[in-house]
Amino acid sequence: MGSGTHLGKVRGLGSARHGAHHWLIQRVTAIGNILLFTWFLLSLTQLGSFDYDTVTAWLSSPVSAVLMMLLCISAFWHLRLGLQVLIEDYIHDHGTKFGVIILLNIYAIGCGTFAVFSVAKIAFTGAAS
Amino acid sequence: MMGQQKARPLSPHLGIWRWGAAMTVSILHRITGDGMAIVGGLLLTWWLFSLANGPEYYAMFQSHMSAWYGYVVLVGLSWAFFQHFVSGLRHFVLDVGAGYEVEANNRWSAVLPFLSIALTAAFWAVIVYV
Repeated sequence: MGSGTHLGKVRGLGSARHGAHHWLIQRVTAIGNILLFTWFLLSLTQLGSFDYDTVTAWLSSPVSAVLMMLLCISAFWHLRLGLQVLIEDYIHDHGTKFGVIILLNIYAIGCGTFAVFSVAKIAFTGAAS
Repeated sequence: MMGQQKARPLSPHLGIWRWGAAMTVSILHRITGDGMAIVGGLLLTWWLFSLANGPEYYAMFQSHMSAWYGYVVLVGLSWAFFQHFVSGLRHFVLDVGAGYEVEANNRWSAVLPFLSIALTAAFWAVIVYV
């Protein structure tokens, strides 16, 4: 990789062959989190009550349901990237690191999917039960 | 050669740096981010799962969240969010190559922990009183 331009190295092909992708997606999801969590926290201050009927009625509206799904995706993606950096910084044994990264993927993708499915269930059936 | 353990010059190490505001904000960014990643991720999932599971299950979730330890977790998470939020905005400024002047960097770093506490207090004031 000695002959590439600086930009070329950063774009695609550093020593790890992933370039700046991890760094860039962390920023992209950070911007997503800023927008979505601002909406989320403002919504929480506007709800008035946190009882079951109020919260499910709010989450059943298409806009709220979609934004909450996007929030789950953006947040779990971002936290997966952040925890990966933590693991890479503090766990140096290759085998242990590999195992913990697998656990991280199970946690982030598992909980993220679980959360998105829950929002779907609330939106499609929640308000009625 | 083996026996000679002379004191050799060391590169600057964590132990000899004077602790500063930028270092505080940096480690707070990591602690709050990774704390939220685990506690916040689980709590968000549990909250949505409870809502999807019906009123009785959600009542159980609410009883935990309205207990003293629930408030400790929620207030802690909201503080972690605002601290990570403001230090994340700092990182965006640093990402574009600005804010590295020692004076400005230290000043902004020192302000951020107070800003996050103020934002947390404001958020809970609105939740409780408005």
